[in-house]
Amino acid sequence: MSLKLLTRGGLRSQPITTARIVPARRWSSSISQPPGSDSVRFPGAVNSKFTSEMAFLKASDLPAIPTYRVMDSDGRQVDKKRPAPDVTNEEVLTWYKNMLSVSIMDVVMFEAQRQGRLSFYMVSAGEEGITVGSAAALTPDDVVFAQYREAGVFQQRGFTLKNFMSQLFANSNDTGRGRNMPVHYGQNYPRIHTISSPLATQIPQAAGAAYALKLQDLQNPNRDPRIVACYFGEGAASEGDFHAALNIAATRSCPVVFICRNNGYAISTPTLEQYRGDGIASRGVGYGIDTIRVDGNDVFAVNEAMKEARRLALSEGGRPVLIEAMSYRVSHHSTSDDSFAYRARVEVEDWKRRDNPIIRLRKWLENQGLWSEEQEKEARDQMRKAVLREFGAAEQEKKPSLREAFADVYEEITEEQREQMTELKRILETYPDEYDLRPYKDGINGLD
Amino acid sequence: MNSQFQDSFCFQWKRRAKISVILYSMFYIRYSYLHDTVLYQGYYAPKMASLRTPLRSFAQAPRRFYSGAPTPAAKLNLPIDYKTTPILHHTSASLSNTSEYPAAATSKRLNLYQAINSALRTALSKSDRTIVFGEDVGFGGVFRCSMDLQTEFGSDRVFNTPLTEQGIAGFAIGAAAEGMKPIAEIQFADYVFPAFDQIVNEAAKFRYREGGTGINVGGLVIRMPCGAVGHGALYHTQSPESLFAHIPGLRVVMPRSPAQAKGLLLSSIFEHNDPVIFLEPKILYRAAVEYVPNEYYTIPLSKAEVIKPGKDLTVISYGQPLYLCSSAISAIEKAMPGVNVELIDLRTIYPWDRQTVIESVKKTGRAIVVHESMINYGVGAEVASTIQESAFLRLEAPVKRVAGWSTHTGLSYEQFILPDVTRIYDAIKQILEY
Repeated sequence: MSLKLLTRGGLRSQPITTARIVPARRWSSSISQPPGSDSVRFPGAVNSKFTSEMAFLKASDLPAIPTYRVMDSDGRQVDKKRPAPDVTNEEVLTWYKNMLSVSIMDVVMFEAQRQGRLSFYMVSAGEEGITVGSAAALTPDDVVFAQYREAGVFQQRGFTLKNFMSQLFANSNDTGRGRNMPVHYGQNYPRIHTISSPLATQIPQAAGAAYALKLQDLQNPNRDPRIVACYFGEGAASEGDFHAALNIAATRSCPVVFICRNNGYAISTPTLEQYRGDGIASRGVGYGIDTIRVDGNDVFAVNEAMKEARRLALSEGGRPVLIEAMSYRVSHHSTSDDSFAYRARVEVEDWKRRDNPIIRLRKWLENQGLWSEEQEKEARDQMRKAVLREFGAAEQEKKPSLREAFADVYEEITEEQREQMTELKRILETYPDEYDLRPYKDGINGLD
Repeated sequence: MNSQFQDSFCFQWKRRAKISVILYSMFYIRYSYLHDTVLYQGYYAPKMASLRTPLRSFAQAPRRFYSGAPTPAAKLNLPIDYKTTPILHHTSASLSNTSEYPAAATSKRLNLYQAINSALRTALSKSDRTIVFGEDVGFGGVFRCSMDLQTEFGSDRVFNTPLTEQGIAGFAIGAAAEGMKPIAEIQFADYVFPAFDQIVNEAAKFRYREGGTGINVGGLVIRMPCGAVGHGALYHTQSPESLFAHIPGLRVVMPRSPAQAKGLLLSSIFEHNDPVIFLEPKILYRAAVEYVPNEYYTIPLSKAEVIKPGKDLTVISYGQPLYLCSSAISAIEKAMPGVNVELIDLRTIYPWDRQTVIESVKKTGRAIVVHESMINYGVGAEVASTIQESAFLRLEAPVKRVAGWSTHTGLSYEQFILPDVTRIYDAIKQILEY
């Protein structure tokens, strides 16, 4: 029996003879209880004190976790005594333009889908502050896993309008090679993994990726350490993968920041039917994870929290951090959803009027003398034109070649797939009127 | 035997409903029959002390007594004698004469779990991108496959995870996506289903959906013990290979022997850039012992092996049932002089080596597919259908499937549910006489 087995099995497994030889080991063990101790060190909860008062811990008695904010809805710093946000004017203006660009693209593409020129779309209205503000705190070497409502992260990390449009139209410039539904963007560097539809699957992957980065950075101490940022909605947090991920990230000390976009709805399901605890943030501490709740409409609060989360994630050899960013989904869930079927139009209008990350930042910029009505008008006009220009170009572009339907399933196309490609080609040649190959690059030869 | 030691292990494991009889007997045998040459039946040893004596009396002639011994008159359904079966390399010469193994290599007699352990050790030494993890992997694994690896390579690279299969699979996918070679363990194939979404929707589709970014999870290998052990009942017996073989993007591999397991596992880790589901027949962990090369070597995936050439009928199988097939073939060749049956080990279940199988059946004109998992929509259906499509004019009899019946593996009924030598013998006879 190895010593390793002995210690793992605890003292119960220790042969009595050994215990006699080294009794000190027995008594210094975690199971021992000094006389009069007010606690016993159960292995499952080592710091728990005994109590003779039988009292259940009531979730409803606990105060809700506060929401961190820097500026109010008029774009003014709430706490005048604290220093102003640590960002340059250029940076803030870039954030603003990125948020604005995403929201303009949203309006155009939503309409385009309504006209049938696009199969599907999802806007991120109301959540631009969360995505742009958090992404701005990352380095280009950090890795992102996203859900699908994170266009602002892509925008902030260098994804161009051409990239967006190529993916939305699934054309031959799409990195996804025309395989994914619209809005399932992906980018190699700065890395944002290609979005997949199954909810929450990216959360444990983010933990594993963070562990990989940690090991690689340990093996190569010359490089700057990296983190993984992982985005998901409050609905996705009900999936088992959320639980698996936070637990495994905590036990393996992974440098990952989990960012929950709590926008009040998962399609039609309001949060009251999603959970009964204090949002998602209250769960973080249960996993032993440092947690904060922030105002998602406040880009400064999000950015500051993310910066600090990144620092924490890299401290003490790596550890996970949870940020719950509060917002409101002012849009429909997707182009396949009419949200007025389950919530009052007035509620949405109210939110749009009451608070919005873009308007809030615009007010801040105007208060600082960094932005004006004319600049706003000109920027909007230019952005709209740029979106329409790329839209038109992407729509004209050919689809990838038919070969891409089979490639990349495995690293190499298999013998079986080759046979099927030959068979498909034969069908296309035999029934040329049944299929329109004109949109596809290289037509029928794309299968060679 | 230190019963206190044994008790503590059981105490520790009782929090896991799924680790039950198998583990208990594993450790029972580990410490009471460690040097017994018949680890095979020891594997099934029940814990009651009163049964120890009869167990030992079987030492010279392996017997399954856990779920009904063969009748005294049995000629076919005798327990497999792994010490004499022709499909293991009982001498180092036999190993080095096989073209797929390194000829000049030194070798050592290992059982299957030791061969897996040797492969993992080789993999961890070869690349610092390799990490090994899963439930209870740190102390060596409940089947001892990761024994001593944490001590040698550190707890950063060999570690326990929380008890969450979907978490293990997702974690492994994320690590692979960032360039690592994660070798994740699912404790029993029966418990892979919580990870099914991660494996099917994520691992299998990762390269395809990433497309031009070039990001993939090619370094990923998910190992899991599978198959029957005689008393595993519903949740320590399953072989889910056909469920994974239905999913493009995954490679599904099942070795039949220690030397093959090491070569196929190293190939899965280093020679192929696709996610691999690596199924290990757990009944062979201690039973199958053969010479295994000490060094690094690989056996190609998607390449079947003709174990025994023949001209009259082709038997296609993989994993443990190959031993049953081998016995049945010996019996039929004795009973029907002049008959010569070809035996093929698929080794990789998907993407599978269709050419080797089709060529063989074109030669023999008759085929039987044998596997342990259920017949309905099993691997046999795919193989039989492919043979029918590709060798129709050469077929002289229907393609027969011998597989588990379409039911669950109820504890008391295992011997009646899974294919045995008798059923394989009977199928060969039927098809030869068709």
